Amino acid sequence: MLIALLVMAGLALALGAVLGYSSIKFKVDGDPLVDKIDAILPQTQCGQCGFPGCKPYAQAIASGEADINQCPPGGEPGVKALADLLGVEPKPLNAEHGTPKPKSVAVIDENTCIGCTLCIQACPVDAILGAAKHMHTVIASECTGCELCVAPCPVDCISMQPIGEHVDNWKWRYPVFEIKQAA
Amino acid sequence: MLSKIFKFNGGVHPPENKLESTGRPIQKLGIPDQLVLPLRQHIGNLPKLRVQAGDHVLKGQLLAEAEGTISAAVHAPTSGTIVSIEEQLIPHPSGLPDVSITLKTDGQDQWLPHQAIDWQQLAPADLAKSLRESGIVGLGGAAFPTQVKLRPASGPGLKYLIVNGAECEPYITCDDLLMRERADEIVKGIEIAQHLLKAENCIVGIEDNKPEAERAMREACAKSSLKITVAVVPTLYPSGDARRLTALVTGIEVPSGKRSTDVGVQVFNVATLLSVYRYLTFGETTTSRIVTVTGNVRNPGNYEVLLGTPVEFLLEAAGGALSDTNGLIMGGPMMGFQLPAAKVPVIKATNCIIASAPRLFPEPPPAMPCIRCARCADACPVSLQPQELYWFSRAKNLEKARDYQLFDCIECGCCSYVCPSDIPLVQYYRFAKSEIIAQDKAKEAANLARERNEFRLSRIEREKQERAAKHAQKAAGAKADAAPADDAKKAAIQAAMARAQAQKTEVTPQNTENLSPKVQAEIAEADARRAEAEGASAVDAANQEQQEG
Ligand code: SF4
Ligand code: SF4
Ligand code: SF4
Repeated sequence: MLIALLVMAGLALALGAVLGYSSIKFKVDGDPLVDKIDAILPQTQCGQCGFPGCKPYAQAIASGEADINQCPPGGEPGVKALADLLGVEPKPLNAEHGTPKPKSVAVIDENTCIGCTLCIQACPVDAILGAAKHMHTVIASECTGCELCVAPCPVDCISMQPIGEHVDNWKWRYPVFEIKQAA
Repeated sequence: MLSKIFKFNGGVHPPENKLESTGRPIQKLGIPDQLVLPLRQHIGNLPKLRVQAGDHVLKGQLLAEAEGTISAAVHAPTSGTIVSIEEQLIPHPSGLPDVSITLKTDGQDQWLPHQAIDWQQLAPADLAKSLRESGIVGLGGAAFPTQVKLRPASGPGLKYLIVNGAECEPYITCDDLLMRERADEIVKGIEIAQHLLKAENCIVGIEDNKPEAERAMREACAKSSLKITVAVVPTLYPSGDARRLTALVTGIEVPSGKRSTDVGVQVFNVATLLSVYRYLTFGETTTSRIVTVTGNVRNPGNYEVLLGTPVEFLLEAAGGALSDTNGLIMGGPMMGFQLPAAKVPVIKATNCIIASAPRLFPEPPPAMPCIRCARCADACPVSLQPQELYWFSRAKNLEKARDYQLFDCIECGCCSYVCPSDIPLVQYYRFAKSEIIAQDKAKEAANLARERNEFRLSRIEREKQERAAKHAQKAAGAKADAAPADDAKKAAIQAAMARAQAQKTEVTPQNTENLSPKVQAEIAEADARRAEAEGASAVDAANQEQQEG
């Protein structure tokens, strides 16, 4: 009896030590779930989800504070990917947060721009170049289309222009051939 | 000498339809009134424009230069005036317009002075630079910039230099005619490529349905000081695919995900090597190419055409398309695509124009469900599982399609050709490929945006901390100055004043710069008064502290 007790106690201690050690040794930096969610989000950083960026929204989803259907740029495919990751049912986008739009980039009307730098301060990805009192330009390849620079402009010289289809981003269409049932 | 011929898996043998266009020698086409030169005629980066509308240019003059590693220059195919640089319809499956240079020809066909390039003496770096200016791309149809493939070898050379004269796709005969008529020049091109790449073996691969071309090439090779083997391969589509031809003539299989140079092989089309010869020996840039015009036209044949010539001009030369023509195909019937209009120009990749008619290409019967007969797998020259690729592509299960080596598919169409259910398999693969490429690009853009956003947030955070640190330093510095004073009371007063000062500078409005000197003087006076008052209260505070202490 006593031996059995000692063995059990010894085992418990040994296993506890292993667990304790591994929790220190294999501690992961950051939250892997948040990173996985963040990897699915489109990184537009537009804040339409109600959070100040994609990462904060990812954190909110991970902690259960936000639903998975609040990101319009991610659209339905984004919701589906999140649902797959989290093992929940996909649901339609919540229209309160906006609806998906064709991808656009900001264009500054360089004749109207007064060089106030307000748009530079608004841009979450530093995609706008310019100095105080000099006209600004958007680096199209780095603009995420978040629209955050549009409202702050005091002279309304920023417009969002859809990217459209060109030879270099054109995609082959899904074949539309009727598949007939074999008789 | 007979060389050993190996085999590749699968392949098909559709009706060849080549005799129609081999009856007459290559004919030189005249100069049309206008040439349209798309900047995008090759795989890789768009070249950088070097001319503007209104410029008069000579034949062979540089219009746009190669940009970045993989790119090709564009030259004027004849002399004339540039009338516009704007989007024009180009020969592309999308049917979308792209930036093109429109050249109004002057009929003089006046060359820019040019001279031979001393390629035997030139340092490798200079030779690479010169080839970069040549604008030569693979003329077999893939249009990959040749300068990238011809970089002079620095280390050990290639094992095999393979010259592609297989021309396996039905209807196309431009390489056949070129080999028949200009074999000597092709062989000179082979000699140059062999020299640059230090190739140990040179093999020309030709399908056995081109005996005249084979004979001409053998004769020309016999005259060369180099040992060049002519290998005759069985007529089996797609033997002209670079990797299939490599397997046929060397027995080497290039592994998936590797380049042919990784196994010591480089493949060039016959017409490409001829261009290399003309460029290095005479300084002539690519201004024209041979195009097969066939199918539903009155006089099918091969024509030497200035790049930029409208396809309709070419059709007219071939006697015009017959009345029941219902479309134009660029390339062959297996891998080609429908042209969006007859006015699009001939580009470097245009090897063949087929006028189609219901008689030649009957409407395929409606697709039936896949019966999993695996005939497609037997026909696939890459040994893929086309039925699985179809399944995943159709279900838009893109990751799975990628796992099944979708990107190894060469879109040869053998699978669709044999499918008893008439499923347009390749169209599904093309859809899936472009969808995956778009997704990968979006992912890359998202990663960049994440990085830039994180960088911005950390910069803002750093700036905040730096500001805070500066304040702290200022306060600390003021204290340190006051420390030597041995009178504790005095020190306390100083510190308190410094504190007050620091607080004040923080809230001082920044709008005092543009005021008149008089107003500024008043403000200074007021400031001084305020400082005095604060100093007095600081003394009070210090007194109090001392009393308490
Ligand atoms: S430029 Fe404007 S729309 Fe583009 S990322 Fe910056 S703030 Fe957003
Ligand atoms: S050949 Fe056609 S029917 Fe047969 S397995 Fe392949 S896709 Fe299916
Ligand atoms: S198109 Fe692709 S899958 Fe079909 S046979 Fe050719 S390589 Fe194989």
